[in-house]
Amino acid sequence: MKTLLVLGAGTAGTMIAKKMASKLDKNQWKVILVDKDTKHYYQPGFLFIPFGKYEEKHVIKNNRQYIPAGIEYIISNIELIEPDANQVRLTLDHRLIHYDYLIVATGCDIHPEETEGLKGEGWRKNIFDFYTYDGAAALRKFLDRWEGGRMVVNVVENPIKCPVAPLEFLFLADWVFTQRGIRNKVELVYATPLPGAFTKPKASAALGALLARKNIQIEADYNIGEVDPVHNVIKSYDEREVPYDLLISIPTNKGSDLIKRSGMGDALNFIPTDKHTLQSTKWQNIWVTGDATNIPASKAGATIHFQMESVVENMLAHIHGKEMHSTFDGHATCYIETGFNKATLIDFSYDQEPLPGMYPMPLVGPFTLLGESTINHIGKLAFRYLYWDLMMRGIEVPLPSQFSMAGKKK
Amino acid sequence: MATKKVKGVAYEVNDEGFLLDPATWTKEYAVEAAKEEGLEELTETHWKVIDFARQSAASAGGASPTLRTITDGAAITTKDLFALFPKGPAKKVAKIAGLKKPEGCV
Repeated sequence: MKTLLVLGAGTAGTMIAKKMASKLDKNQWKVILVDKDTKHYYQPGFLFIPFGKYEEKHVIKNNRQYIPAGIEYIISNIELIEPDANQVRLTLDHRLIHYDYLIVATGCDIHPEETEGLKGEGWRKNIFDFYTYDGAAALRKFLDRWEGGRMVVNVVENPIKCPVAPLEFLFLADWVFTQRGIRNKVELVYATPLPGAFTKPKASAALGALLARKNIQIEADYNIGEVDPVHNVIKSYDEREVPYDLLISIPTNKGSDLIKRSGMGDALNFIPTDKHTLQSTKWQNIWVTGDATNIPASKAGATIHFQMESVVENMLAHIHGKEMHSTFDGHATCYIETGFNKATLIDFSYDQEPLPGMYPMPLVGPFTLLGESTINHIGKLAFRYLYWDLMMRGIEVPLPSQFSMAGKKK
Repeated sequence: MATKKVKGVAYEVNDEGFLLDPATWTKEYAVEAAKEEGLEELTETHWKVIDFARQSAASAGGASPTLRTITDGAAITTKDLFALFPKGPAKKVAKIAGLKKPEGCV
């Protein structure tokens, strides 16, 4: 028997383990999936928690229901990956697993301790994150009682999971505070290390215009050096001080400590990965997927969905001694909530920046790219059902993996 | 594509002003590129960072070093790096060192 070992049962690990298990000969292959617990998070839903629009039951489910009987599902922490010896050490019973092929899908997490003062006395008092369930839930309690003031949303450094979530958070805040009748008492500020609202010019201009229209100030090229929780001010490396009453931080994102312990990652514990084949650049029998890679694509569920085809096909080709043909093109699709029951949408790849137009079909859409619409908002909300009921159950979502220029205007 | 002339020598750069081929880079080019980025003078510490960035890219298949790679590898604090190359150090270093634009997350 040969072993395919999958580390991490998040979006990427769960989907790919199931797909591989359905493709490999059961008489020859055993598929093992390991995670530290059985909680599965719908992470895009964390955004809605602070505003009371989603509850815990919408974003956390028991992962067991999504893992078929044919996969050995082990709940354990992982001590070490030993890629040169093709083995992984678990903490549970000190079990040692030898693998023939390995998929690393251990994700990434926030690290507020990387920024001086961020995790100090203001943490979870008037400084919050919304990239963890606990952070989002604590922030909800705070916002329920908040009467207004200066709210600063700060991205510490890139890359981060879902690069548009900080913008969505601001748009939703603008909407919810308007509904609550306190928008005139709230100042909204976005302090970002990017030179504008987004990385690429067309989307940056469109999203920047939305920020201005909603009276959200932008502090661009802002690289935070420290938080002073006594005086409620953040300071950048070039000594710009931005005061806050409420600080929403998107802390440094790093890959798992396991990757560091195992000597497999870069300075941020992301694993060097071929951006087209998703194969490790160092070990031929290791594939890396989802947020764990260092590829210059968005760290987002939609990206994982588009990556899956390449991971599965290339790995199968490699196993059968064939050439790897499937090329991941960096395709990402992001619905961006803009408040007031509307959303915009961007669709892009490694080589093509987001453009205006219609998606997925030219002219008829139904979704509008880089334009606000109610149907986009419905698409965003529908994604939660798509995620739990299709993606996690291994049912094909009818969106092509390859990026297409159809419907887009240059 | 565009060309940038420095002391009579033409360099091919892309639309954003990044040198196309790092092998064509010269110190004169770096001095001129630095001026365009608002740096009137390159000190010894600037050069230490630029040299490190070029070595790092050469051993990483041409990929420009990230901010963290620079601070770790060139033994410089983030604060000092921002003082030397204000605003976006990783991008500025890449531009001056004749490397590709650093690949961001999106």
